[in-house]
Amino acid sequence: MATLGSAQLPAEGSLSSAASSLPAAKLAPRHSGLVRVTHWITTLCFFALLLTGIEILISHPRFYWGETGTVLTKPLFQLPIPSSRKLVPTGYGYVLPDQNGWSRALHFEAAWIAVLTGLLYVISGLLTRHFQKDLLPSKTDFSWRVLWTSIAKPFRFEQPSAAEASSYNVLQRLTYLFVIFVLFPLVIWSGLAMSLAFASAFPWSVTLLGGRQSARTIHFFVSLALVLFLFVHVLMVCLAGFWSRTGAMITGRTGTRKEHI
Amino acid sequence: MIDLSRRKLIVSGLAATAGASGLVGAARLAQKYGLVPPDHGGIYGLGETLSYASQRLLTRHSLAREFPRSSISPRPFPNELDPLTEDFKRLQSGGFADWRLSIDGMVHQPGSFSIADLKSYPSRSHITELACEEGWSYIAEWIGVPLSHVLHLVGVHPQAKYVVYVSMEPNTWDSIDMADALHPQTFLCYGMNGSELPVAHGGPLRVRLPRQVGYKNIKFITRLTVADSLKGFGKGVGSAASEAGYAWYAGI
Repeated sequence: MATLGSAQLPAEGSLSSAASSLPAAKLAPRHSGLVRVTHWITTLCFFALLLTGIEILISHPRFYWGETGTVLTKPLFQLPIPSSRKLVPTGYGYVLPDQNGWSRALHFEAAWIAVLTGLLYVISGLLTRHFQKDLLPSKTDFSWRVLWTSIAKPFRFEQPSAAEASSYNVLQRLTYLFVIFVLFPLVIWSGLAMSLAFASAFPWSVTLLGGRQSARTIHFFVSLALVLFLFVHVLMVCLAGFWSRTGAMITGRTGTRKEHI
Repeated sequence: MIDLSRRKLIVSGLAATAGASGLVGAARLAQKYGLVPPDHGGIYGLGETLSYASQRLLTRHSLAREFPRSSISPRPFPNELDPLTEDFKRLQSGGFADWRLSIDGMVHQPGSFSIADLKSYPSRSHITELACEEGWSYIAEWIGVPLSHVLHLVGVHPQAKYVVYVSMEPNTWDSIDMADALHPQTFLCYGMNGSELPVAHGGPLRVRLPRQVGYKNIKFITRLTVADSLKGFGKGVGSAASEAGYAWYAGI
């Protein structure tokens, strides 16, 4: 499975050089098959969750802290958008159509698929030492110079070198680890805490977050952080070369390795 | 051709067969143990089934969080109501003395109960949160008779699986499984915060189900039907809400 991408490396036009490219074909792909498949399933789920999350949010674009909150209580803040419910005071003269039925259904279905996919990714990442090999920074990475280079480099609009294209710099590593082990667990936790039945079995899941409404507010902010990550992630992909990077996540091949052949 | 050896083909063929038969087996088991919700069809059926099945395995007997009296919300928010029907207004002007809750279906003694009858049974209360699927929530004290008490009075057949409840409001009905129907916090609720249940909150009689969101807590209850299947009710997906696209199981 993992060799699927590289096994196709000798393109039809380069059949004559197929023999010389054999060592390259044996090289491990940029991303393993499992990483690629779980990446795109997660992407699909993320957009489904984002769209439906916005739809659900529109039915009550107010946020509170603590256990309770309704239109009769003072909100922590309210988003300046129209609502799909008549009784929410928004300042807009119209009410948006109710989309909560299918939005909730798709939100939970996508959450299930995303969580199961995430579990598969994390368990296999631990077993194959993917986190240790590809994402955990080394000790030498923690110097200001290395950090600064990793921040400034993408903005010089240089094509990344072969070494850079086949591995992550310290900032990327830390960001991915933060997203995988902090943001995703938090968004799942705060989401589950909003389930009345889940909270009945695990009441600490709500109390530790400061109450039901706090869990909802945390869920919103962690989702915002994930959307911010998505923007930066796609921006970085564009700066490094959109097609070669995206191709690497689809086929496993990197553009630079092709040049070696 | 490339890496597709015969062995690989055989192994993946076997794995696919094992996976498929595993799924079929899992579906049969889930059906047998009551882990499949009535609205399991369609593109969201997978999510609905996973949520309902895992909640039934994890939370069958768990109790909704209860709160101290001091955390009762000073102004409980009554959600939007459709205009009250003439029938309702007539009963209201009589102080709901003529309000009747009828119970039929798979019970030994079908019957009809007035609010006074229900109040003559042991009264219970809990201070729990009512949470709407929209996102808002408040805490109130809910007073009523546990639904399980009334079900024991009428004698439920052993093969019963669901309780269908019908509102006086047009096209408003829902249903729960026996795990929720017999749950100690599931009430036929007639009081709130030490007084009568206000009409705005569903008075004189509402189903109070603190482990599911607001829309399952139907107002103005006039009829209960005990059944072993939901196929004969409406479109067979368990509630008016699920016919309108809202999940039947609303514990999440």
